[in-house]
Amino acid sequence: MKKDDAQPRIRIRGLSKRFEDKVVLDGVDLDIMPGKSTTVIGMSGSGKSVLIKCILGLLKPDAGEILVDGENWLALSETEQLARMQRVGMLFQRAALFDSLSVWENVAFALLRHGEKPQAAREHAIEVLHWVGLPDIADLMPAELSGGMAKRVGLARTICHKPDIVFLDEPTTGLDPIMSDVINRLIVRLHKDSGTTILSITHDMKSAAMISDQIALLCHARIHLQIPPDQLDSHQDPMLRQFVEGRAEGPINTSDWGKRMEEATQS
Amino acid sequence: MNFLVLIGRVVENLCLHTGLYAQMFGRTLRRMASPPWHPRIILQQAEEVGVQSLPVVLLTALFTGMVLALQSYIVFHRFAAESMTGLVVSMSLVRELGPVLVGLMIAGRVGASFAAELGTMRVTEQIDALWTLSTDPIRYLIMPRLLAVTLMMPLLVVIADFIGIYGGYAISIYLLDQNPTVYIENTTIYMELHDFYSGLIKAAFFGVLIGIIGCTEGFSCGGGAEGVGRATTRAVVISCMSILISDYFLTAWMFG
Repeated sequence: MKKDDAQPRIRIRGLSKRFEDKVVLDGVDLDIMPGKSTTVIGMSGSGKSVLIKCILGLLKPDAGEILVDGENWLALSETEQLARMQRVGMLFQRAALFDSLSVWENVAFALLRHGEKPQAAREHAIEVLHWVGLPDIADLMPAELSGGMAKRVGLARTICHKPDIVFLDEPTTGLDPIMSDVINRLIVRLHKDSGTTILSITHDMKSAAMISDQIALLCHARIHLQIPPDQLDSHQDPMLRQFVEGRAEGPINTSDWGKRMEEATQS
Repeated sequence: MNFLVLIGRVVENLCLHTGLYAQMFGRTLRRMASPPWHPRIILQQAEEVGVQSLPVVLLTALFTGMVLALQSYIVFHRFAAESMTGLVVSMSLVRELGPVLVGLMIAGRVGASFAAELGTMRVTEQIDALWTLSTDPIRYLIMPRLLAVTLMMPLLVVIADFIGIYGGYAISIYLLDQNPTVYIENTTIYMELHDFYSGLIKAAFFGVLIGIIGCTEGFSCGGGAEGVGRATTRAVVISCMSILISDYFLTAWMFG
């Protein structure tokens, strides 16, 4: 048992991905321990979402290795990858709810797809919706929901089939501070109640501090450092300080973004 | 030099898209070999493609048949062969105009909706969400649409053929005062079953083209709302061009 605990649930080694000339990931190494909540922070466009999409098989990396419970997910066939997805839950940045299905059908999607009877699946979905604080919206359509509600429904869909590993892509981006706090508390509760392994990506420092056991800074296409959340304010790494304090000047190269902004303003 | 670069780009694009369609067709066919086949979604799509396209298909067929009767009568009247009007209307509709016009209508209505729907799902990450919910997006989204449009196209063409022929009959009998018995006799004597089947084969082939082009354009689209718009336009234009071009080769193959 102890030995299992010491082995990372997800081990990423030398992960590289480029889009034409732009190197997004360049030899990323990261270990995510079982039952822990790890958050990857980094600037917009630094490759955080690409990292998650590579793990989930939504993007094919150029090089590297992704081991989940010791199994190399990059070597799996499409069918095998799909089968592994039953153990995974993913919350997308904009929730990605299916427009043509009602809220409960969205939440119970994985259950319905795997043969659960509609009545039982609906009851289960309503139970999970209750857990995220939205018990009375089962029959609404996604278009009728606010951003915060959609995110919570997305979270309900992510956890409804009881996954072992949950991926959260910018769980609080675009939400007001109160709704962000609601989502953060739900994530903390999920982590504490079920001991699920969580990998989140965000640039919301408050959220990162609240939901993580470990924080990794993705910078210049690599994991620059990993720290526990209580060191977020005290660690003296210049890149981390620049990012946490939100300064344009510093070792993180922002010239590309500055140049693009200048061009956009001129045009 | 610029002209050569332009030609090069067009050829490159053509090869790229043809490759994408062929690859998607292959991937979809492979999935058809094993369950789950999602019959409920296929029926739902068939209703969308078939039943909801009926008004536009019926109107197109009816007026095409009527115009064809009017034009043929005017020409045949010059050399006293008016009795051939029925045959020309029926032959033209069954062999050529039925499948082609229904194909073009369905490319505009259904091909565009496939591309827009799947394109929106792609840019809002709904297709990625399907994958993470352990659901194969090609099996769940593309296979039912392709099957529905391929099965519904021949059915729509059968209905369009009958309505078009009736339109021609109505104009010939009630407006141009032709003899109904002669009209029907001339039509049925010279028509062969092969004429009818050839139209249905064409319809099914056009259905495959519309389905695979519309779905692939939507599925592989990127670039936000603008990308969805471009994918939809491309789906309609490429489907229509493919229908017209392949119609020639199918006709040459079946009647050549």
